[in-house]
Amino acid sequence: MRLTINKIFLTLSVLSALIGLGFLAWILVTLFIKGLSSFHLSLFINDLIDGGLRNLIVGQFVLAGLASVIGIPTGMIAGIYIQEYGTTKYADIIRDLSDIMMSAPSIVIGAFVYALVVVPTGGTSGLAGAIALAVMMIPVVINTTDSMLSLVPKELREAGIALGASKYKVIIDIVVKAAKVGIMTGILLAFARIIGETAPLLFTSETSNYFSLDLTQSFPSLTVSIYDLANEPEESSRDLAWAASFVLTVMVLLINLSGRFITRNKK
Amino acid sequence: MPIMNIKKFSFTYAGADHPSLKNITLPIKQNKITALIGPSGCGKSTLLRSLNRIHDLYPGNRYDGKIELLDLQSGKKNNILEIKKENEFIKLRQQVGMIFQKPTPFPMSIFDNVAYGLKIAGIKNKTELQNRVEEALKGSALWNEVHDRLNKSAMGLSGGQQQRLCIARAVAVKPEVLLFDEPTSALDPISTGAIEELLVELKKDVSIAIVTHNMQQASRISDYTAFMYLGDLIEYDKTENIFLNPKEKQTEDYITGRFG
Repeated sequence: MRLTINKIFLTLSVLSALIGLGFLAWILVTLFIKGLSSFHLSLFINDLIDGGLRNLIVGQFVLAGLASVIGIPTGMIAGIYIQEYGTTKYADIIRDLSDIMMSAPSIVIGAFVYALVVVPTGGTSGLAGAIALAVMMIPVVINTTDSMLSLVPKELREAGIALGASKYKVIIDIVVKAAKVGIMTGILLAFARIIGETAPLLFTSETSNYFSLDLTQSFPSLTVSIYDLANEPEESSRDLAWAASFVLTVMVLLINLSGRFITRNKK
Repeated sequence: MPIMNIKKFSFTYAGADHPSLKNITLPIKQNKITALIGPSGCGKSTLLRSLNRIHDLYPGNRYDGKIELLDLQSGKKNNILEIKKENEFIKLRQQVGMIFQKPTPFPMSIFDNVAYGLKIAGIKNKTELQNRVEEALKGSALWNEVHDRLNKSAMGLSGGQQQRLCIARAVAVKPEVLLFDEPTSALDPISTGAIEELLVELKKDVSIAIVTHNMQQASRISDYTAFMYLGDLIEYDKTENIFLNPKEKQTEDYITGRFG
């Protein structure tokens, strides 16, 4: 009897895993077939106005890069505060808030930044887009920093203090360094997450057909353009959307894989 | 002449109703090894951790009584329980170093580990740093094993080597007192032997207090032994007297293995 239950349970688990993986494979295969058929190296040379993706790819990286410049230090410092300085009560409140923020729907964050930045400045801009992405990124960085620092044994902190180092020096020189690999991986995963986001950019940065580095104007974005192109009636636009989705997926995949690679090599 | 003098010292952990250490009076003699022994929970680690006030990392603890530290340069006695300012704490910890149960190498090179305390003490001159690091590593019997890989990460050393590195790191800043909190309980017998030899060697330059669960270790290396039980100091004497001729019944029961 017990063996039969065992077998049934095993079969069910394998089946569920196969269904999950099957859908993932289906998405990827469709994406690769449709994407590759309209993929061409000239996509990297031309801007969207000439049927290419160059401005969009550069724009997406600029937005995510700027968001990282805002989000990584803020998130890391907040994470360090929670883990190393916060008295239990305050630390717990910030931790909970950060968890809530992490599960906030991204479109809500887009709407929030729309009201906070876009309306007062009178229009969509690259800066607004970057801020929206940073708001998405901060809780992820806080969470990673917090949990990675909590893995550093307390004896290491005590050893630093016992040598006469002050608390901030122990944190910077020893604790953060000991947690470096974990924090870096977390940051990379956070970056991979925001670089594929559409909703926060939809009404903050919008997108642009032209190459631009002017952060005060609507800013070229790969994800928002995929959304736009997929809604166009022409076949050629939809093919370009497939190609863009393919490029985006490969980018995110590479960033994720390099994150894993770092972790594995350092452990 | 004791280098540290613990007088009517009581210690209460944050949030606790009762003190973990009660009215302890005990000298730590200069250039001697003082062993603190007793069953788990007797307060020996708590006492050791009071001597450089590492407890202060966690707020809310209460100290009563006095712990005097003799400053060898000025010849003055300071009550370390009165310390409040950051720079006084830094000075205290440079005078009273500490080695922990588990080796605690920092995530940096072997050289940088030993140089860390020196840099904090304000030594910037490269040649001086190199000389002091070499001296400390030689003094900790580690130089021969690591002199050709000083720039490699300290995490690659064995447990016993890491522990000697931590001793080198503490010795490098030339403390007056070194506190050892069960320094060999995570090590194999050969590494333990090496550390014990090293401790006996080190007492020429520094006074030592060591917490140990291992009574043979206490009898092998220490000059004085203090037996503690449930937060009280039961007996303190020369090590041979404690082990051969204990005055208290509780001490005798403990060292003969009848309880603990």
